[in-house]
Amino acid sequence: MEDGTLLAVENLSVRYAVRAGEVSAVDGVSFALGRGEVLGLAGESGCGKTTLAMSILKLLPENGRILSGRILLDGTDLVPLSEDGMRPLRWRRLSVIFQGAMNSLHPVYKVADQIREALSAHDPLLSAAQARARTAELFRLVGLDPSLMDRYPHEYSGGMRQRAVIALALACDPELVIADEPTTALDVIVQDSVLRELQSLQSRRGMSMIYISHDIAVLAEVSRRLAVMYAGRWAELGQTEEVFDRPLHPYTRALLASVPSLFGPKKRLDHLPGEPPDLLHPPRGCRFHPRCPRVRDVCSARDPEWQDYGGGHFAACWNPLGGAA
Amino acid sequence: MTAQPSRDPLLQVRRLAKWFPVESGLFGRSKSAVHAVDDVSFEVRRGETLGLVGESGCGKTTTARLLVKLIEPTAGEILLSSSGAPPLSLAALKGRAAEKAFRAQVQIVFQDPYASLDPRMTVGAIVEEPLAIHGIRSPRERRERSADMLQTVGLAPASTFLPRYPQELSGGQRQRVAIARALALCPALLVADEPTSMLDASICAGIMNLMLDLAARMRVSYLFITHHLAVARYMSDRLAVMYLGKIVETGPTEEVLARPLHPYTRALLSAVPRPDPRARREPPKILGGVKAAVDPPPGCRFLDRCPIAADVCRSAPHPPLEEKGAGHSAACYLA
Repeated sequence: MEDGTLLAVENLSVRYAVRAGEVSAVDGVSFALGRGEVLGLAGESGCGKTTLAMSILKLLPENGRILSGRILLDGTDLVPLSEDGMRPLRWRRLSVIFQGAMNSLHPVYKVADQIREALSAHDPLLSAAQARARTAELFRLVGLDPSLMDRYPHEYSGGMRQRAVIALALACDPELVIADEPTTALDVIVQDSVLRELQSLQSRRGMSMIYISHDIAVLAEVSRRLAVMYAGRWAELGQTEEVFDRPLHPYTRALLASVPSLFGPKKRLDHLPGEPPDLLHPPRGCRFHPRCPRVRDVCSARDPEWQDYGGGHFAACWNPLGGAA
Repeated sequence: MTAQPSRDPLLQVRRLAKWFPVESGLFGRSKSAVHAVDDVSFEVRRGETLGLVGESGCGKTTTARLLVKLIEPTAGEILLSSSGAPPLSLAALKGRAAEKAFRAQVQIVFQDPYASLDPRMTVGAIVEEPLAIHGIRSPRERRERSADMLQTVGLAPASTFLPRYPQELSGGQRQRVAIARALALCPALLVADEPTSMLDASICAGIMNLMLDLAARMRVSYLFITHHLAVARYMSDRLAVMYLGKIVETGPTEEVLARPLHPYTRALLSAVPRPDPRARREPPKILGGVKAAVDPPPGCRFLDRCPIAADVCRSAPHPPLEEKGAGHSAACYLA
């Protein structure tokens, strides 16, 4: 890992209280993120990827709680920290880029004022002139014309708003950025330019990044390592090329085989039968077993262990592909 | 993968236009118009799928809404062939009976399976409704046919789905109900407007495979509208690429992808991320950002974003969609 570990998540479990009971949204997730590393996180809606992000930021909704586990940022556990303890860390050390750019910008404030607020929250001594200069610099950094900074969010196009949200997330030079579907709402040509901007910023500033997406193709382009999540648990983690070439978990293979390609031979897509489980009542054992083409007796009886198959390629599966488990 | 489509046109769209007035200026006195669909012509052949692709705001959804008469065109013609009879013109339909006959032939599936199904109706009632409207009187026959349709779209056993409400179903299951409703009357053409874009990858693949199977089984043609080019490739025999209200390129799918003629098509294709960690993409060659088509100038719609524009593009009107190779057309002076 490059320059050591920045973030270590250990055995994290998160639940939501709902009227009908408790939803097991994240269950026993562990991973480490190196400094300057981009980790891709793939999975379908409801698999817990956004909950995982919100847990790391300690921004869970009121009915959500961290049941167990540790979230170590440079060795400091964030889990026991109060809101007062978290506030100095957010934006400055870890920040987030959300999917809905319109929702992360306040509609009645000028974009420059919102960035200045983030800047001055962490440096109250910053003068108005310094804040403006810094904002202009951030605008240039994300490829926005600084002359636009005194406009309101609704005067921006979708791509411009998403760049403004990236500028906001980077305002305090954070070490870790969690990007949750940052380009999903964008058209493909705008997505391309936002992706390139984000990648170049990441490598120039040496930020660590967790890039969350349902789009396997985007993850193939941005991430060095790739994690696949299913029904609140991590199914697989490895170097992105390894995971694409030699998936271990049957869910990973199914996910890869379900994505149509624009080039190369055209072949019929595989699709998984069934639907992801209801996490109010997750299935016993492996949560994928009801849909798994490689299911065995043990899969419905016991949880599979998170196992290293060599070279940092992990999977939680009783009957992995190509593996001798 | 799909059955060989015939050359017979099923649907012919001729010089179709839809302009939406917008008010601007002091007290809204100057009248402008968004040229959402502007002089668009294409055809869908019997048994084929035509993929209509483009970015948001290009006019693809407006085209869909025009085809099923949810909105009226500003100009142009929509003709539907029926076997043996002269083609039916959508604009010339007189009276409810004629309109009903057209609707029985042309159905639509929308993008959002959470909004397109009435939450107060059971799945059974939703699929039966078009049958009742189109004169199948016997309740027993309607029930049997809707149960059949549910089985056909993979909601089996039908008896467990008929009494349920949409909110008890997943997004993928809802979209299957919408497809069952649309195909219940065995239409000749199904307009599918981004039917998979709100679904997860594994669910999306299932819906696409279902639609391909149904096309072969029920001999229905699709106009498949999507912003997702790989999805369009998977579904379509031919592609039409739209940009700001105009079709800028059309041709056999693999031909358009292998040899794109229009600079916009080339930019679109190179912007699509590849599901392959080893692939390296060149940045798309395109200038600036997309604008709304409010009172567009008469020249080429793509001019201000075109990386190869020449003098002719600046002085001439918007280029006509011209055949440049076998069935492969582009609206570009330089293609």
